[in-house]
Amino acid sequence: MFLINCPFCGERDQSEFSSGGEAHIVRPKQPTELSDDEWAEYLFMRKNIKGIQFERWNHVHGCRKWFNVVRDTSNDKILSVYKMGEKPPVSYK
Amino acid sequence: MPNYRIHKTEYIDETKRVSFKYDGKTYFGYEGDTLASALLANGIHLVGRSFKYHRPRGIVSCGAEEPNAICQIGSKKDLTEPNVRATELELYEGLEASSQNCWPNVKFDIGGINNFISPLIPAGFYYKTFMWPKSFWKKVYEPLIRLSAGLGKSPTEPDPDIYDHKYVHYDVLVIGGGVSGIIAAKMAAKNNLKTLLVDDKKILGGSTIYQNNESIKIDNKLSSEWLKNEIQEIKKLSNLTIKTRTSIAAYHGYNFLLAKENLTDHLPEEKKKNKIRQRLWKIRAKKVVIATGSIERPLVFNNNDRPGILLSNSINKYLDYYGVTCGENIILFTNNDSAYETSISLHKKGIKNLIVDLRKSASSEIIKQAESLGIKIYFNHVVTNTFGYRKINSLEIMKLSEDGNTTVGDKIKLSCDCLGMSGGWTPMVHMHTQSGGKLDFRNEDQVFLPKENSEDQISVGSCNGDFDLENIIDKTVNKINKFLDIDNQDYQDTNIICSKENDKRNIWLLPNKIPLGKTKCFIDFQNDSTAKDIKLALKEGFRSIEHVKRYTTTGMATDQGKLSNMHALGIIADTAGVKMGTLGTTTFRPPFTPLTFGTIVGRNVGKFFEVVRKTSMHEWHVKNNAEFENVGQWKRPWYYPKNGENMHDAVQRESKAARDSAGILDASTLGKIDIQGTDASEFLNRVYTNAWSKLAIGKCRYGLMLNEDGMVYDDGVTTRISENHYLMTTTTGGAANVLSKLEDYLQTEWPELDVYLTSVTDHYSTASICGPNSKKILNKLFPNLDLSDENFPHMSFKEAKLENINCRIMRISFTGELSYEINIESKYGHSLWKMCIEAGKEFNLTPYGTETMHLLRAEKGFIIVGQDTDGTMTPSDLQMDWIVSKKKYDFIGKRSLYRSDTIREDRKQLVGLLTDDPKEILEEGAQIVSDIKSKPIDMLGHVTSSYFSPNLNKSIALAVVRSGKTMKGQKLIIPMENKNINVTVSDTIFLDKENKRLNA
Ligand SMILES: [Zn+2]
Repeated sequence: MFLINCPFCGERDQSEFSSGGEAHIVRPKQPTELSDDEWAEYLFMRKNIKGIQFERWNHVHGCRKWFNVVRDTSNDKILSVYKMGEKPPVSYK
Repeated sequence: MPNYRIHKTEYIDETKRVSFKYDGKTYFGYEGDTLASALLANGIHLVGRSFKYHRPRGIVSCGAEEPNAICQIGSKKDLTEPNVRATELELYEGLEASSQNCWPNVKFDIGGINNFISPLIPAGFYYKTFMWPKSFWKKVYEPLIRLSAGLGKSPTEPDPDIYDHKYVHYDVLVIGGGVSGIIAAKMAAKNNLKTLLVDDKKILGGSTIYQNNESIKIDNKLSSEWLKNEIQEIKKLSNLTIKTRTSIAAYHGYNFLLAKENLTDHLPEEKKKNKIRQRLWKIRAKKVVIATGSIERPLVFNNNDRPGILLSNSINKYLDYYGVTCGENIILFTNNDSAYETSISLHKKGIKNLIVDLRKSASSEIIKQAESLGIKIYFNHVVTNTFGYRKINSLEIMKLSEDGNTTVGDKIKLSCDCLGMSGGWTPMVHMHTQSGGKLDFRNEDQVFLPKENSEDQISVGSCNGDFDLENIIDKTVNKINKFLDIDNQDYQDTNIICSKENDKRNIWLLPNKIPLGKTKCFIDFQNDSTAKDIKLALKEGFRSIEHVKRYTTTGMATDQGKLSNMHALGIIADTAGVKMGTLGTTTFRPPFTPLTFGTIVGRNVGKFFEVVRKTSMHEWHVKNNAEFENVGQWKRPWYYPKNGENMHDAVQRESKAARDSAGILDASTLGKIDIQGTDASEFLNRVYTNAWSKLAIGKCRYGLMLNEDGMVYDDGVTTRISENHYLMTTTTGGAANVLSKLEDYLQTEWPELDVYLTSVTDHYSTASICGPNSKKILNKLFPNLDLSDENFPHMSFKEAKLENINCRIMRISFTGELSYEINIESKYGHSLWKMCIEAGKEFNLTPYGTETMHLLRAEKGFIIVGQDTDGTMTPSDLQMDWIVSKKKYDFIGKRSLYRSDTIREDRKQLVGLLTDDPKEILEEGAQIVSDIKSKPIDMLGHVTSSYFSPNLNKSIALAVVRSGKTMKGQKLIIPMENKNINVTVSDTIFLDKENKRLNA
C-alpha cells in the first residue's frame, strides 16, 4: 500500500487516491485534423514500462487535486511527485 | 486418568484449575496451558485424522506451524469456529473443542479404509479419480469428500462478536519478541525512536525464555534469567509499545503491515462478553525489524506421522514451559545439536531417553555433556520405520552407509512411547519475502536466507540464519546499530557461552530398504502428501515447484507448508539432479496464519457495511408503504403498493394516474453540479455534444455527455441560472463519476478556463410533479407564480417562494407529460413533499417510484444511460444524431464519432420492439435473432427495456439491434427457453410523437 506525498496535503495512504494512468499525454488541440491512426494513438495507446513510469494520480478522497507521480514499477517506489502543468524532474527523463 | 504433568513451572498457575471439554469429554488443565499442552498433560496425542488417508494423527508442534491439531471450537451456530490450532489456543474455563478431521469419530472412522487402499490414491488423485462419470459428482464424490475431508464447519449465523480496526504510525516496528527482537526494540526505543514490539505469544521471550541448560549462559546467568532481566528493562521504556498475542498477518509495500491482536480468545465465555474480540492493527512503520525466528524441521522417513511423533524442540517446550512430558520413554532423532538440549532437559526431569543421530560423529560441548550424563547415542543411524496404530510404541533404526544414500547392517528395534525429530531449523523468511525481499540459499545447512530488500527493513536473529546465541546477539547488535544509524554500547561486554555448534547432516528423504512405493514418508501432514507423491509428480513431467505443489497439494493446507515446503523442494532438487536454491521457492503469501473474517471486516458489518443515502422525503416513503430500490448508495422508492397490490398492479396504477391526472416523484437523488465562472458556457460547450453558448438565462437544455471514445457517458438537463452560473443534473448513479471527469478536464486539460464545480446533490431536494393536472397543483402551491406557457414555457426555469422559502422550479419532463421539478433546500424537502401531496389530493396526485418512471419514459422512447446504453453506444447508435452539434469545432468524444468503427452502418442501434401478441412482455436482456434455423444462430442484439404500457394497453420494449435503424417494420424472433416470441421492429417513441402532452 503506497504512501503518496500529495503536493498539496503531504503524505497520505494510497486508499485516498485514485490512479489516472500515464501522464503527459496531452489532448490534441485540433482533433479534427488528425487521422484515425493519430487519434487512436492518443485515445488508446499507453506505455507499460518496467522501470521508471510517469503517472497521473488524483487525491480523490482528499483535496481532489490531480498531480503527477514518477514511479519505478519494478519495485513500486515513488521517486517524485509534481503538480499538473509542471515538467517532470530532469533527472528521470 | 494419566498425568503427564511432572513438574511445576512459573508459566503454569497450578492454583487455577481449568476444566474444558475435548470431543465431548471433560478434562482439566491449568491457567497458562494451551489446549495442546493440556491434552498432552492428560496423555492425549491423537487429535485427528489425516486428510486423504485418514491416518491417526497427533500433536506435532507447539506453535503456528502445527499441521495436525486443528480444532473446531464451540458448537453454537453463531460462534463456532473451525481451523483453530490447539497449539496456539490458550486454555480457558469452559472451552469446548473437538477434533476436526475424524468423521464419525477420532478412534474409528470410515476414512481409515483409505489407508489400506492408499496405492489407489496417488498424487493428483483428485484430478485423476473423481473425473468420471460426471453424474457421480453430485451424488457420490462430493458428499463423500465433504463428509470425510474434515474441513471444519462454518458458523451458520452472523458472528455476534465485536472486531476493531486501528491505524498506527511508528518509527520502528519489531516483529517477534525473542532475544534478537527484544535487543532490537530496546536499542531503538532507548534511542528515542517510537517503537512497537509485537509477539504472537502470551509472553515475550521466544524459545530462550524457558531455556535452562547450564551450558548456555549469558553474563554468567542462565540465558532465560538474563532475558527476563532484559524484558523487565524494556517494559520501563516510555516510547516502546509492547503488544503480545499479536501476530503480523501481512507485510505490504511501503512498510504497511497488518497485525491481528487477540483480545478475548483466552478468556472464559462470561468474560468475553461486550469486549472487542480481535483487533486488526494497520501499521505504518518507517523501519521494520524482522525477528520472527525459525521453526524446527521434521525428518522424512517411513511412517513419520504417527501420534507421539513431535518436533524435538516442542517436546522441550512442553517440558520446560508447561511442565508436561510427551512420553516416559522418548527417542530423539536428529541431524544436529539442538535435540541434545531436549535430551538433557528430559534427563534432568528423570525422563528416560536416547538419541539417534544421522551424523557420523560430533563433538560439541553439549554432546559431551549428554554423553557424560550417560545418555545413549546412536551416531550414523537412521530411523527406518515406526510402529503403533494410535500411538507410536516402537521403531526400527539402521546404520547409514558412508555416502548416506542407503542403509547397511541389521535393523535394531527400539521401544518408545514418543519420538522427537529435529531436521535442523528453517528461518521464518515469510515477512521478508512478503515485503518484496529476495532470498539466498546457504548450502552448509540448506536454508533460505533474506537477501535484497525493497523496503526499509532488516532481518535479525534466527530468521536471518543466525542460530547460536552468540551469533544472534553480536550480529543483531551490529546490524541494528547500522540499520538505525546509532551507536548503542549496551551489549559490548555481554559474555555469551553456547555449547551447541551448527554442524548438521542434511538428508531430505532418508534412505530405506523398503521400496519408496511401499513407504509412507510424509512431507505435508495436513494435506497428506508423501515423498512418493512428489517423485510421481516429477515422473509425470512436472518440474516447476509451483506445479508440483499444486499437483500434489503439498504446502496448500491451512498451515501453508510451514513444515513441508523445504522437504518438497529438497526432494525435487535431489530427484531432478539440480542444485537447491536454483529452483527458487514457492511464494509466501499473506496471511502468515489464517485471519477470521470478523477481523478483516472489523466494524463494517450490518448497517455499517455500506453507506446508505436517503433523501429528506425518505420517512414519508416508508410511512406510505414504499418498496425501495438501491440505486448506487441511494434508497429510492421503487413503487408504492396499495391494499396488497403486487408490483405489476402498483406500477400500472401509478403510470395511468400520472398520465390521466398527476403523479409525483422524489427526484432528489439526481446528481446536481453547480457550475460557475466566466468560462462556464465554454466549458459546457466542450463537455456536451450540443451547443450551449446561446442558451438564454432562465432556460434549460438536455445534454448528452460522451467519453473521449465517443460513447455515451451520462445525460441530464442543465439550467442557466445567470450569465455565469449553471446547474447541471446528472444520472443518479453517475453523479460522482461525472464530477470527477469534469474536474479532471478542468485541472489537467483546460486549466485556463475560469470555472468552478461544486457538488450540490445533497443540498437540494426535488419533487417532480407531472401530468395534465400538474399546473393546477403548482398554482395552489405558488399562487403568485405566472404559470402561463408564455411566461413559463417548457424547458425554462423560475425562482419562486413556497411561503417564504426559495425554490427553483424547472419546467422539464422525463415522462412526456407537462411537468415541473421543484427544488428546495434539503432541510425543507420533507415539508415540500407533504405540501405537494396535500395540494394534489383533489387531483388524485399519485406518488410513483422508479419503476413507473422507467415505464413512462420508455413510452416516450427516452433512454436511460446504463440501461439502454452499455458504454458501446454512440449518439447515432441511439438515433440521437439531432443532439450532436455539427458546428462546434470540438467537444469531448467528437473526433471519435467518425472513426472507421463508429461510422459503421451495421453497429447495434436502438430500436423499439412490439410483440405480435400485445400481452406478451419481453424479458430484459433477451437475445434477438432473425433466423433460428441456421446454426450457429446469428445474434442480432438484445432487449434493453421492456414494460406493459397501461396507457397504450400493450407491451413495449427498447432494444439494441444490429443495423436496427434500417429495420423498421421487420419481423424478428426472441427465442426463449420454451417458446419463440415474434416481434416487429418499431419506432422508439410509442406515445405522443407530436409532444402534445407537454403543453396540455
Ligand atoms: Zn491532497
